[in-house]
Amino acid sequence: MFDTAPPRLLAFERRDIALSVALRMPNHSSGNSSTPSNVFAADASATAIELRNVSYSLPNGRSLLHDLNLTVKSGETLVLLGRSGAGKSTALKLINRMLELTGGEIRVQGKSTIDWDPIALRRHIGYVIQEIGLFPHYTVEQNISLVPRLEKWPEDRIRARVTELMKLVGLDPAKFLHRHPHELSGGQRQRVGIARALAADPPILLLDEPFGALDPLTRGELQREFQGLEQLIRKTIVLVTHHVGEALLLGTRIGVIEAGTLVGLYTPKEFLAATEPVAAGYVANLRMYQNAEGDL
Amino acid sequence: MTLFQFFSRHYREILQGTAEHIWLVGIAMLLAVGIGVPLGIIVAKRPWLSKPILGGANIAETIPSLALFGFLLPVPWLGARSDRLAIAALALYALLPIIRNTAAGITGVQHAVRDAARGMGMTELQILTQVELPLSFSTILAGIRIATVLTIGIATIAAAVGAGGLGEFIFRGLAMVNNQLILAGAIPAALLALGSDAVLSLLERRLRPVRS
Repeated sequence: MFDTAPPRLLAFERRDIALSVALRMPNHSSGNSSTPSNVFAADASATAIELRNVSYSLPNGRSLLHDLNLTVKSGETLVLLGRSGAGKSTALKLINRMLELTGGEIRVQGKSTIDWDPIALRRHIGYVIQEIGLFPHYTVEQNISLVPRLEKWPEDRIRARVTELMKLVGLDPAKFLHRHPHELSGGQRQRVGIARALAADPPILLLDEPFGALDPLTRGELQREFQGLEQLIRKTIVLVTHHVGEALLLGTRIGVIEAGTLVGLYTPKEFLAATEPVAAGYVANLRMYQNAEGDL
Repeated sequence: MTLFQFFSRHYREILQGTAEHIWLVGIAMLLAVGIGVPLGIIVAKRPWLSKPILGGANIAETIPSLALFGFLLPVPWLGARSDRLAIAALALYALLPIIRNTAAGITGVQHAVRDAARGMGMTELQILTQVELPLSFSTILAGIRIATVLTIGIATIAAAVGAGGLGEFIFRGLAMVNNQLILAGAIPAALLALGSDAVLSLLERRLRPVRS
């Protein structure tokens, strides 16, 4: 339980000052979702993903998401924070059509997901999951080059891209290129998972608890490196986590999901001052660890 | 006359019987793999079809082999030649383990791997051929191995409908109360079963995917 290590607390405080840029208001009412009102900074405010009145129910009628409205701007990192089972992963899977909507609409780069060919849509969106899902029968190189190969890139371009990506995620190509996933540590596997998602340079990344299965120290290392990466390559990122420190560290905005609906949308700074009970609960949880340190 | 003398005197006939036996089993196995693997894929992919397919294969498995040869006799094209008849019956017997193991291999692929493959934008066919089948190869091969050993044994009964093979010696030996004659069929059949089991096990271990 003590995985909210002090270094990370310092890190997000630093960032939270840097992030006090004007961002969209935390109100999530469906009224303002159809037309983005922020006309300033045309490029930065372009909408990458838009969820309108999104609902998803299982075939047995159980509702996992209802009336979810959310706009993800180009280049931002939107964190969906919530308990296990709150519907965060479901929301991600609806964006790349791993699941089909049962109500509402999702637009990816202005086009409704039902108008996208699901295969084209998914190749357009990098996807990383907690369990990583590397192919055990593929080497690191084959795993990373999966999408470029599906997209039939020329062989030399694939090779160059794999080398580039391995360096980017901190894996020595000479050492790891021909290893199989079972010969890697958890952190190394997750690095490969991230490289694989970035391989074909998708403009959008969906990250489902990407650091969730790692020990706290490795997780911290990867989060910090990822933060660097993200600035390097300006992509639209939706990251799902139940880790409040991770949300504050990596998010430009934080959406809190509770019982299948969005209960608040904040900048990291607003989040820390939020009065809405779930968000406040997360902040209180965070403070608890900080206080524990102070009490010693 | 010792057994050794018997074998050395009749080695030609024994070799010919063995060759026939291998031919019967070989063709039957090719058929069974050709039909069983696709059926196994269907069982894994379309759960509502799994009951009828597995049920059918299960029923075929429970029919006593001698009776199955009898049942197939009146079937127009099959019943016309005894080896055809025998091969069809043997293939039916071999189906169940192949279908079951193919399905088990595919459904056994980790969910995360399948999810990642889908999320990366692989088509269902690409997932099947590049991920699921390679990862279930050793399981499928185990099914083929079990089916082969089973079929080698059952194929001795094919001699009852005149399909030849090592069963000829066994049936003749039984009729003449000649143990050496029985052994002339039984020993090569047993060796054949052991040999194919060993070769296929080796292949199976070689192809076993490394799982994290």
